[in-house]
Amino acid sequence: MSAESKKLAYNETFDCIQCGTCLPACPTYKTMGKETQSPRGRINLVKMAAEGKIDLDKLKEPIDLCLGCRACERVCPTNVHYGRILESAKEALYEKEKKSGSPLKRFEGNLFYKQVFPKKQMMDTAGTLLWFYQKSGLKTVAHKTGITKWLPDNLETFEKVTPDLSSPGQRHHRPKKMEPHQKPLYKIGFFTGCIMDTMFDRINDLSMKLLSACGCEVIAVEGQKCCGALHSHGGRSEQARELARQNIESFEKESLDYIVNNAGGCGAMLSEYPHLFQDDDEWRERAERFSERSVDISVILSKLKLPIKKKINRRITYQPSCHMTNVQKVVAEPVRLIRMVCGPCFHELDEPNFCCGSAGIYNVVNFDESMKILDVKMADVKDKHPDFIVTTNPGCLLQMKAGIEREHLTDRVQVIHLVELLAEACDID
Amino acid sequence: MQTEADQQLKQIIHDPGRILFREEDLVSYGYDASFGFYKPDLVVQAASAEEVAGILKLANRYKIPVTPRGQASSLSGGPLPVKGGIVLDLSQWNDKLIIDSEDMVAVVSPGVVTAQIDKAASKYGLMYPPDPGSSQVSTIAGNLAENSGGPRCLKYGVTKDYVIGLKVVTPQGEIIHTGGRTVKNVTGYDLTKLIVGSEGTLGVITEATLRLIPRPPASRTLMVIFDHFVDSGTMVTRVLTSGILPSKIEMMDQASIQAVEAYQPLGLPTDAEAILLIELDGHPAAIADELEKIREIAANSGARKVTVAESDDDARELWKARKLVSPAIVRNKPTKISEDATVPRSKIPEFCSRLAQIKKKYQIDLVVFGHAGDGNLHPNIICDKRNKEEMKVVEKAVEAIFQAALDLGGTLSGEHGIGTMKSAYMPWEFGPQELDMMKRIKTAWDPNNILNPSKIFPVPGQKLVLSE
Repeated sequence: MSAESKKLAYNETFDCIQCGTCLPACPTYKTMGKETQSPRGRINLVKMAAEGKIDLDKLKEPIDLCLGCRACERVCPTNVHYGRILESAKEALYEKEKKSGSPLKRFEGNLFYKQVFPKKQMMDTAGTLLWFYQKSGLKTVAHKTGITKWLPDNLETFEKVTPDLSSPGQRHHRPKKMEPHQKPLYKIGFFTGCIMDTMFDRINDLSMKLLSACGCEVIAVEGQKCCGALHSHGGRSEQARELARQNIESFEKESLDYIVNNAGGCGAMLSEYPHLFQDDDEWRERAERFSERSVDISVILSKLKLPIKKKINRRITYQPSCHMTNVQKVVAEPVRLIRMVCGPCFHELDEPNFCCGSAGIYNVVNFDESMKILDVKMADVKDKHPDFIVTTNPGCLLQMKAGIEREHLTDRVQVIHLVELLAEACDID
Repeated sequence: MQTEADQQLKQIIHDPGRILFREEDLVSYGYDASFGFYKPDLVVQAASAEEVAGILKLANRYKIPVTPRGQASSLSGGPLPVKGGIVLDLSQWNDKLIIDSEDMVAVVSPGVVTAQIDKAASKYGLMYPPDPGSSQVSTIAGNLAENSGGPRCLKYGVTKDYVIGLKVVTPQGEIIHTGGRTVKNVTGYDLTKLIVGSEGTLGVITEATLRLIPRPPASRTLMVIFDHFVDSGTMVTRVLTSGILPSKIEMMDQASIQAVEAYQPLGLPTDAEAILLIELDGHPAAIADELEKIREIAANSGARKVTVAESDDDARELWKARKLVSPAIVRNKPTKISEDATVPRSKIPEFCSRLAQIKKKYQIDLVVFGHAGDGNLHPNIICDKRNKEEMKVVEKAVEAIFQAALDLGGTLSGEHGIGTMKSAYMPWEFGPQELDMMKRIKTAWDPNNILNPSKIFPVPGQKLVLSE
């Protein structure tokens, strides 16, 4: 067995009894129609590769094409740890590619994972450039001249839906700490996230204001980094561990009741930090203490009394974040909050647990496959005739915007974060 | 495969995306939910009767084995390509699901998922009763091939009781129709019922006409707890002879109760030897009346406690215990051998005591639960297939279970089928003449033995092998 194959979570594959219950839950099985692109198929491939019966390379395409939405885990009758099997395969494939990949590809990959996402400053720079592009009128010029049509499909689609960013000045003016008027109910460390804070920093602002308006003390803890989810999903476990250690250390400096985030994907990663330290007792214990207190904002807001000022009388549907549903197991809270402010205007999707196809950077890397999944989702959405689609994760938010764009519904449907909906109902701006 | 055949195949299946030959694809069609792995030479995803006919004509000419496959949730090895050749994947052919509420039938293509049929029927106040445990994933053609059962079959019968017409492609590539659209039909031999349960060895089902019945307006669930296992058996018999026919009677033994409590505490009594879960369905007034009778029977049968669900949520909570058995019992060891040997109803208590003896004799981890109402218990052996020594013992224990069922006038398989898993034991249940009659039918339909070879019929000297 090669060194890379040893990384595969071989023992976990035996938990799969190959009953096939996961098949109907798997978006890629539905759109691609092959056992190879199903959870049961992928687990079998990992097992066979670990046994040396097939080459590790045979795993690459099926593993790359897995969304990692983990809907299979939720329906599995024997609780297979699919997430661990998947990450192990990604790590093994990454290790193998590292050895054989071209220097240029390695450089690109590292630039993205090591330099951009982990560093606030780099994300800020990227954000500043995007902001300049939008505000300077270049965006309009580019659109009007149709230059963007020359972009490859995947970039063009997402270029259209990237939000208008706050100016660098606005972004840096957010207070580091917000205190309520009375004695705080909870002391909360706010996890800002890298993509959230660059592209959706207004949602971060609103999140902190909402928590504060509900009577919490909120601190945007200094020194926090990217959660590491993208690294972990990209097989870069060591970098993910390093980011986890930095986050744990930063939040340990404050004595907090909760660590609150507003991005389903980040929240899932934060809740699984202990998995990163299986062989390190000290860090695993610190990670456990961190993860126990880490929750999605909807969980905390459900416990508190929202200062609702008005009902939102618009048709609303909700696209849950897969990682929030399947990993964090947060399902009821967001729905309860939406119903609280919308009542009968809320129309649930027929298959809310079917991934939208965003899946981290899947929609950029595997554009065509992602759009097929999105089309399935949009058929369900259109059937509900919503004015608003509520999401709980930045990736889903952008993907649903892309869906609206593809369906030519931009003038009728808006995609918003749950926090924006609640802030609107509470007259928080 | 010969290049010539390869060329012809491309003319039959125009979309090259539905012909799979890469290694990672081939190894993904070599297993099901039972044991064994066989790599096919080619996977073809057919989407019309004409395509299936073309493939079978080709395969018959070149004598290439063809194994039909749905979503491979089979527990008997039905879709395993034992002799290689072509796996004919029908799971993606799921575009037709028509409910005719006047004729009270459903017409479906082979890849439609079973539970979707019942769901579609429910919109018209109708029901498709067969509900195998895998109904959320299994395809209807797979159910038809294996003649699947399920909990609700106690009252409503099994898959074959609901099939009135089929479109089938024979191994020689002819498209034939059997039966029709009427409930009564005695014209000629009943080929429909011959194809149902033939495990994909006589023909490939490409369309089915299924009978639907009015959906019962209400249902109620109750849980009965017993101090003594034998009392639960007595109660089942008394209920069924009292004029009440529940839609489901499911049983859990002490080992499964304890496993569920250790896995996810629901407040089940771990000192109880058995639990019965009973579901009544029909008119609400009738249910209320039957419920009282059942309470009485429970009291007279030595039941410790009866809990009646007051709402649908309550009912779901009670059924949760039964649902959790499967994940609960594989917590310590990963392999689950799920047997479905079935005995006449009156022999359930005796079968259970034989199972207890087998458990003791072979020192195996044996859990018993399942469809107590129709004698189709599921003795499950929990083991680790990586442990060769352990698996040898398990093989012996499985044989002992088969023997016990047959001794009591039962059968090898109630609902999973024979496939590869039980073919070695066919001579235990049938004499040479009976097996020969079955073989003559197979030869008449499939003279070149190309369709799903190595299933049902034993090969001399064949034994059950569970270790890898």
